[in-house]
Amino acid sequence: MTGRNLNFKHRVAVVGAGLTLFRRRMLETPQELAWLAAKQALDEAGLTLKDIDCVVIGSAPDAFDGVHMKGEYLAEGAGGIHKPTVRVYVGGATGVFVPIAAWWHVASGLCKRVLAVAEEKMSHSAKPHPQYVFRYIWDPIVEKPLNPNLLWIFAMEMHRYMYRCKVKKEDIALVAVKNKRNACGHPSAQLCDPNIKVEDVLNSEVLVWPVNRLDVSPVSDGAAAVVLASEEEARRITDTPVWIKGIGWTLDTTHWTNRDLAYPEYVRRAAEMAYRMAGIDNPRRQIDVAEPYDPFDYKELHHMEGLGLAKKCEAPILTREGVTQRDGDLPINPSGGLLGVGNPIAAAGLMKVAEIFWQVRGEAGARQVKKPVYTGLAQAWGDLMQAGTVIVMGI
Amino acid sequence: MTKPKNPRGTPFEEVAFPVFEMPHVGKARYNYTTGWALGRFLAGLKEGKILGTVCKKCGRVFIPPRMYCSYCFREVDDWVEASGEGTVHTVVASYIEATRARAEEPKIVGVIKLDVPGYNFDDHFFPGVLHYICGASDEDVKNMKLFGARVRARFKPPGQRTGSITDIECFEVVRP
Repeated sequence: MTGRNLNFKHRVAVVGAGLTLFRRRMLETPQELAWLAAKQALDEAGLTLKDIDCVVIGSAPDAFDGVHMKGEYLAEGAGGIHKPTVRVYVGGATGVFVPIAAWWHVASGLCKRVLAVAEEKMSHSAKPHPQYVFRYIWDPIVEKPLNPNLLWIFAMEMHRYMYRCKVKKEDIALVAVKNKRNACGHPSAQLCDPNIKVEDVLNSEVLVWPVNRLDVSPVSDGAAAVVLASEEEARRITDTPVWIKGIGWTLDTTHWTNRDLAYPEYVRRAAEMAYRMAGIDNPRRQIDVAEPYDPFDYKELHHMEGLGLAKKCEAPILTREGVTQRDGDLPINPSGGLLGVGNPIAAAGLMKVAEIFWQVRGEAGARQVKKPVYTGLAQAWGDLMQAGTVIVMGI
Repeated sequence: MTKPKNPRGTPFEEVAFPVFEMPHVGKARYNYTTGWALGRFLAGLKEGKILGTVCKKCGRVFIPPRMYCSYCFREVDDWVEASGEGTVHTVVASYIEATRARAEEPKIVGVIKLDVPGYNFDDHFFPGVLHYICGASDEDVKNMKLFGARVRARFKPPGQRTGSITDIECFEVVRP
């Protein structure tokens, strides 16, 4: 079978998904969290671990869970014992990279049924604060001696975007309000707030101007899992497989101080790859619902533009006009996103893929978007404004 | 039916369960090598100079310097010296420390797009560094006056320099 830019043997479908609760601190160990999500995904697909050929695991920096070789550590809870098992990592983009890696396991013909599991336990690195762990992503020679906090780079990107696109903080806060309200329909959600207003976001603690506390997703524990299968197997497992139509991923350089951060090139290139494969030439018309990565409220806007769901500087306007609400013409983050459901890093990205799976199947219940869903998209971003991962799914 | 159905997990507040605390991972300390390009860059800072490398095939100037042009994938051709002046590309006011603790005073930090005599740069790819900006307040950040402001590197006195990015104290606003 030939995609527009790739050759592959098998079409691949998602046939089941599972999630844990997302919370600030949870009793379960990382292995136990991985197991809870993996078991639910298998149950939903009507499969047992015996049916699984290969396992793909995703988790962000080892430093959060405080266990190095986190892939090997998680393998047990993720169902990877005595099977071909691999862990993938591209920072925050990992969650969407997990099903991408699982896709090529199946598309190549190597495995027929793959369990893909993502987990994060940020509460383990509790002292002084999980943010401190991010110290180790900065360049050790030219950046770390300046004692940076991770929020600096986001604040710089957000401010540059505000400057170039003439966007106000009020417009950006609308995203946080929408997502935290959307989250009230999500059984796993950590930060549902049905009454939150723009003023609450603007009046929350200023961390690094222009970023206030409620502009940022929380610190979370949680896990997510999906089951992928080849076309033949998928049709045997379920009447309603959700096909993976396109995948894309790219990396930019770590030298983020040499690039204009106002526009996310790292997302655009990944999206172009996925769209070529999926045969999408007008994403604004052809994507019915999207889950762009929203660790910060401005990031949702930024990523919509990188994905071509809005023109440059247009995303805040669409948001203000209500286009991105659940009942709008282009629902964005109907799950509640990272800002609402929570941000256990890799698990949060995979939660977005699970959301598109449920939206396409019409199983999102309270969160189901108003318009019919034929095609959906999930995207994540990672590292020093570098990694973009995109997946297009549909009937 | 709303999926996920009954997601499991036990929030910590509900089950005051003991954690097992380990203060830190041993006493590991890192001695990062400075490398071919950054080694010379740091030696330059000690002399009060900001050095970069240039790829003559594509014309890109790299500050912080690289040994290779990652776009043409070939070794860089030459070293260049920045004038020490530049423009504020983006800027923020940090009210927290690296530990997330509240800072006593807001710290102004930004990306400085550096001038290199004989070269012009667009906003797409340019020599630039992360650094503190001094001679400005958090109000100048909030009203966006600092975007495009001209700044100049303020070096520590020669005797106090150690060959570190902190040999530059900050970039001082010379013209808003």
